[in-house]
Amino acid sequence: MQFKGTRGQIRKQKIETTGAIIVGALLTLWIIANIIESPVQFSQAAIAGLRNGLIYALIALGYTLVYGIIELINFAHGDLFMLGAVFSSFFITYWIGADQSNGFGWFAFGLCLVAVMIFGAVINVLIERFAYRKLRHAPRLSALITAVGISFILQFIGLKWNGSTPRQWPTIIPSGDIYIGEVRISLLTIQLFLIGLPLLFGLNYLVTNTKQGKAMRSVSQDKDASTLMGINVNKTIAFTFAIGGAMAGAAGLLYQQSIGTTNYNLGFQLGLIAFTSAVLGGIGNLWGAVIGGLLIGLIQGLNDGAPIGFGQAWSQTVVFAVLIIILVFKPAGILGKVTTEKV
Amino acid sequence: MVKSTGTSNLTRSNRNWIRGYSIAALVMFITYQYLLPWEGLPLGIYDGINKWMPPAALNESLVYVIMALGLNIIVGYAGLLDLGYVAFWAIGGYCAGWFMSEFFYFLNINFFGSVPAESPGIHINFWLVLLIGGLVCAFFGALIGAPTLRLKSDYLALVTLGFGEIIPQVFFNGEDFFGFNISNGTKGIVRVDPIPAGVKNLGPFDFGWKLLLFIFLAAVMVFISLRLRRGRLGRAWLAVREDELAASMMGVPLMRTKLAAYAIGAFSGGLGGVAFATHVDGVYAERFNFAISIFLVAMVVLGGMGNVWGVILGAFVLSWVNGNGLAAFGSVYNETFGTSIDFTSFTFLLFGLVLILMMLFKREGFVPESRMKLLMHESELDEEESVEKKKKVGR
Repeated sequence: MQFKGTRGQIRKQKIETTGAIIVGALLTLWIIANIIESPVQFSQAAIAGLRNGLIYALIALGYTLVYGIIELINFAHGDLFMLGAVFSSFFITYWIGADQSNGFGWFAFGLCLVAVMIFGAVINVLIERFAYRKLRHAPRLSALITAVGISFILQFIGLKWNGSTPRQWPTIIPSGDIYIGEVRISLLTIQLFLIGLPLLFGLNYLVTNTKQGKAMRSVSQDKDASTLMGINVNKTIAFTFAIGGAMAGAAGLLYQQSIGTTNYNLGFQLGLIAFTSAVLGGIGNLWGAVIGGLLIGLIQGLNDGAPIGFGQAWSQTVVFAVLIIILVFKPAGILGKVTTEKV
Repeated sequence: MVKSTGTSNLTRSNRNWIRGYSIAALVMFITYQYLLPWEGLPLGIYDGINKWMPPAALNESLVYVIMALGLNIIVGYAGLLDLGYVAFWAIGGYCAGWFMSEFFYFLNINFFGSVPAESPGIHINFWLVLLIGGLVCAFFGALIGAPTLRLKSDYLALVTLGFGEIIPQVFFNGEDFFGFNISNGTKGIVRVDPIPAGVKNLGPFDFGWKLLLFIFLAAVMVFISLRLRRGRLGRAWLAVREDELAASMMGVPLMRTKLAAYAIGAFSGGLGGVAFATHVDGVYAERFNFAISIFLVAMVVLGGMGNVWGVILGAFVLSWVNGNGLAAFGSVYNETFGTSIDFTSFTFLLFGLVLILMMLFKREGFVPESRMKLLMHESELDEEESVEKKKKVGR
C-alpha cells in the first residue's frame, strides 16, 4: 500500500478538499445565478472587476516576491503603490504638463511609466537597505512592526505631497467605449490590459529565464547554500525589492490613469486587498499572485456590480471573508505548494 | 517537578505592586477629583494640567491601557500576533450600546439599571454589562481562534486582520443588516446609561470617579495577567511562544493553550470597549478602524512585550502622544518660537520613526521582560552563549 501521509495529514487533506468543493460550488452557483439574472450587467461587472484585478495583481507581485524571498509581509508595499500613484500624477500633469489624450500624452505616459518604475524600485531598495536588512535575523514580529513603521513614513510623505484630501487629476489615456453585443467595454480597460500584461510576462521571463531570476529562486530556497554557490545574497534580495517596487510603481500609474484620483491613505486598503490576492493565489508564486489578483478583482467587481450581490458597502467584508475561508481551508493558496513543517 | 526556592520571593514580588499602584491611583484620583476643581489652586498649575493631561485624555489613555494589557496576553505571553484587536473593542462597545441605552426602544427591560424603570430600551446594570461584554468578546475570541489556530503565525495574523476589518464593517453597515438595525450605522448609538456607583450615578463628565473606575479595571487586568503568568497556563503560553514544537512535545495542549490566550485577551478588549462607550457616552462605528489595532500592537511592542508595566507605560505614552501630547507640545513650541508648524500632521512621521528605530536598536521595548530580551536577540548569539544566558535568567 502506498503511504499517503499520517492520519492527521489525511484528515487535513479531506477537510481541505471538502471545503474547496463546497466553496467552489457556492461560487459557481452565485456566478450562474448572476448570468441568468442579467448577462449584460454580469459581463460589465466582471470586466470592471478584472480591470481592478490587474492592478491588484501588479501590487500582489511585490508582496509575493518579497514574501517568497525573506518571508516578510511587507506592509509598506501598499503605500509604495500610493506614492507611485502620486508621483505619476505630478509627473504627468505638472512636470511634463500633459493633460490630454494625444501623441504628446502618450509620450508623457511612456516616460512616466519608466520614471515611476525607477522611482518605486529606488524607494523599495532604500527601504530594504536601511530597515529590513538589519532585521533579517530578528524575530518575525520585529520585521513586521518595522514594515508598519515604514508604512507610516510613506503615508506621511504622501500626506505632505498629495495633501490631506483626495485630489482629482486629468487622465491622458483616451476614453471611449466599444460594444460587443450589448456589453459595453471601456477602451481604458483594454489599454490597461495592453500595458499591464506585457509587464507581467516580462516579470515572469525575468524570474524564470534569466540568471538573476535563478539567483532569486535559489536565495528564496536556501540563503546559506546560495552564498556557497557564489550568489550575492544581499544583492539578490535588493534586486527582488527593486522589481517589486517597480511593479508597485507601474500599478500606481495605471491606477492613477484609470481612476483619476489620488489620496494619501489609498495604499492601505489596496495593499491589504493585494496581499489577500497574493495569499489566495499561493504566496511566493508569481502566477498565483496574478490569478489571485484577477480573481479577487472579479469577485469584488461582481459583488459590487452584479445583480445578485451584497453591494459596494460590503466589498471589504467579501474580500476578507474570502481571505479567511482560503486560509482556513487551503492555507497554501490555489497554486501554492503544500509545505510540511520541518523540525 | 523541582520546587524552586525562589517561590516565596516570587509571590511576594508579585503582590508588592498593589501598594505602589494604589498610591499612584490615589494621587491621580485626588489630583483630578479634588485638586483640579479647587479654587485655591494656582492658575498656572490648573492650566498646565488641562493643557498637558486633561481629564478626558487621561481617561482615554487608561482605556488603552486596559486593552493593551489584554493584547499583551495574546501577543506578549502567547506570542500570537493579533492585528484585529479592534474587533473586540467594537464588540465590547456595542454590548454597552445594546444593553445600556435606549437603542432597542421597542423593548423595556430594566435589570438593576441606573435609569428609571419605565424608560424604553434595555438597561442592564453597568457592572453586569462589563461582564457580558467581556464574555461575549471572549466567546468571539475563541470563535475566531478555533478554526485558525492551526495556521502559522503570519497567516494567523492575517486572519485576525481580516476579522478586524470585517466586524467593524458589519457595525458600520449595521443599519440594515439583513433587515435588522443592529448598530444604527454611521449615526452610532448616542448616550449610554450612567454608571451606578453606590450613592451616585457617573455620567459622561464625572471624570474623577471614572478615572478611579478605569484604574480599577486596569488593576484587575494587571492582577489577572500577573497571576496567570506565574501559573500553569502562563508557563504554557511562554513555552508555546518560545518553541511551539518543543512545547507540544512536552505535553502542552497547543490548541487549548492558544484558545485560552485568545479568549482572555479578548475578554479585556470587551472590558475596554464597555469602558470606552461610557467614556465617550456613545458608540460610533467609524472609530473602530485598523489603525487602532496597529496602534495597540505598537503599544505592546514598544512598551515591552510580556511585561505588564512596560505595556502600561507604552499604552500611556503612545495614547498621550497621539491624543494630546503632540498637540500641546506643538502649541507650546509655536508660542515660544513664533512659528506656525502643524505638529499634529507629523504624527505619522513620528510614529513611523519611533517604530523603526525601536525595532532596529531596542526591539525588546522600553521596559523589557528579561526572557523576551533574550528571545529577541537569540539569533545574534550562538548556541552555547544563549544556553548560558538562559540558565542565568532562570524562569
